[in-house]
Amino acid sequence: MTEQFDYKSAPDLIRVEDLHKDFGPLKVLSGITETIHRGEVVSLIGPSGSGKSTFLRCLNRLEEPTSGHIWFDGVDIADKSVNIDKHRQKMGMVFQHFNIFPHMSVIDNITLAPVLLGKQTKDEAVAKAEALLARVGLSDKRDNKPSRLSGGQKQRLAIVRALAMEPEVMLFDEPTSALDPEMVGEVLEVIKGLARNKMTCVIVTHEMGFAREVCNRVLFMDGGVICEQGAPSDLFDHPQNPRTQDFLSKVL
Amino acid sequence: MLANIQKLLAKYGMNFVNGLGTTLTLALISVAIGCIIGAVVAIMRLSKSKLLGAVATVYTEIVRDTPLLLQLYFFYFLLPDLLPALKLSKFTCIAVALIFNSGAYMSEVFRSGIQSIDRGQTEAARSLGLSASQTMIRIILPQAFKNVLPAMCNEFVAITKETSLASTFYVGDLMTQYQTISGKTYMVIEPLIIIGVIYFVVTFTMSKLIAVLERRLKTDD
Repeated sequence: MTEQFDYKSAPDLIRVEDLHKDFGPLKVLSGITETIHRGEVVSLIGPSGSGKSTFLRCLNRLEEPTSGHIWFDGVDIADKSVNIDKHRQKMGMVFQHFNIFPHMSVIDNITLAPVLLGKQTKDEAVAKAEALLARVGLSDKRDNKPSRLSGGQKQRLAIVRALAMEPEVMLFDEPTSALDPEMVGEVLEVIKGLARNKMTCVIVTHEMGFAREVCNRVLFMDGGVICEQGAPSDLFDHPQNPRTQDFLSKVL
Repeated sequence: MLANIQKLLAKYGMNFVNGLGTTLTLALISVAIGCIIGAVVAIMRLSKSKLLGAVATVYTEIVRDTPLLLQLYFFYFLLPDLLPALKLSKFTCIAVALIFNSGAYMSEVFRSGIQSIDRGQTEAARSLGLSASQTMIRIILPQAFKNVLPAMCNEFVAITKETSLASTFYVGDLMTQYQTISGKTYMVIEPLIIIGVIYFVVTFTMSKLIAVLERRLKTDD
């Protein structure tokens, strides 16, 4: 379904400038400059330890960048004096291990943030949450405790929990890596639906077939830098960088 | 001896009941307020602020490394001197000492409870835009509270027994009743057996109830 997406003419949503992240002596990100455009679906691929998850987590400052700039909505959110909570409301995130709140019902998981942060009234939030649950086929789980959900259902819930805040971008950190194989498809379907609706998505993934099918652009990372990037068809079929070639020869 | 015990129960039955009431009241107050202090101190210890962390550490270490009886003496004599205007009763001074003590132990219970919550919970909450304190109050503490509920109840059992030290100041707890009755009747063993049985039945029952609660909480997940 990859349509030609003219991302170069789409407006910038996140502009990253010379981003560095060190963990002690270890340099995990060594100068990343990259732009995510509005409506774009970008996947980050690369060997483990290449820094792709760290890069993603720096985008909403779950990891504090060591240096560099992250422009989002015209604000440099890498600036430590910025109130990051405000900006995180517009950046949804989905985690490998779902991180559903186990002490709340399914519906409360979704409505908590929009109501607490004053984005929606309780009634609005509930109505919206119900619509979202219907969209991902979880309406019948509305009042269940999350412990009764399967991994795939938990991840679908995690996605709509993030969507309830009406974010401008969704960040996915290996959303299917912790799932049993038979549940991968149902989660990828939900993400595909978002992509079709032109939700901006940045996805760290090991699902190469998915990246090829759904993404407008693929970034290959290794050693803390983006080595190569391009449309999926170019990058997967005609990789130029030897490291990309080496990586793809192992995983494809 | 049995006859003596029967006689004591008949004559001083209400003393034992009142004593048990005072003992449980003291224990409940210490654990309930200690619980709130414990949560605050645990958060201080885990906070990024070095000063708050140091204050919390000093507090818990002082409590844990000095005898409870000493702490009771300390508050019993210190508080009325410090705040003469309040005309604090003996009971209040002792209650404050017990709260001071149980707050420190509770903070350790809470600290381990908070640390047992997966980091992913914090990350998910923060990624939605919740502030650090909103995350603590809405996401971490409710889960930590559930995890530490059995430990809290055990603290209640422990405090129930430890309140007997308060009898040093005749605050009317079960052990005080023993001293009173034994002073009046010159009997030693018999009243001791009675209050021993009361202590045992109460704490044994609570321990069993905690075990049930623990099983319930597990299946609840």
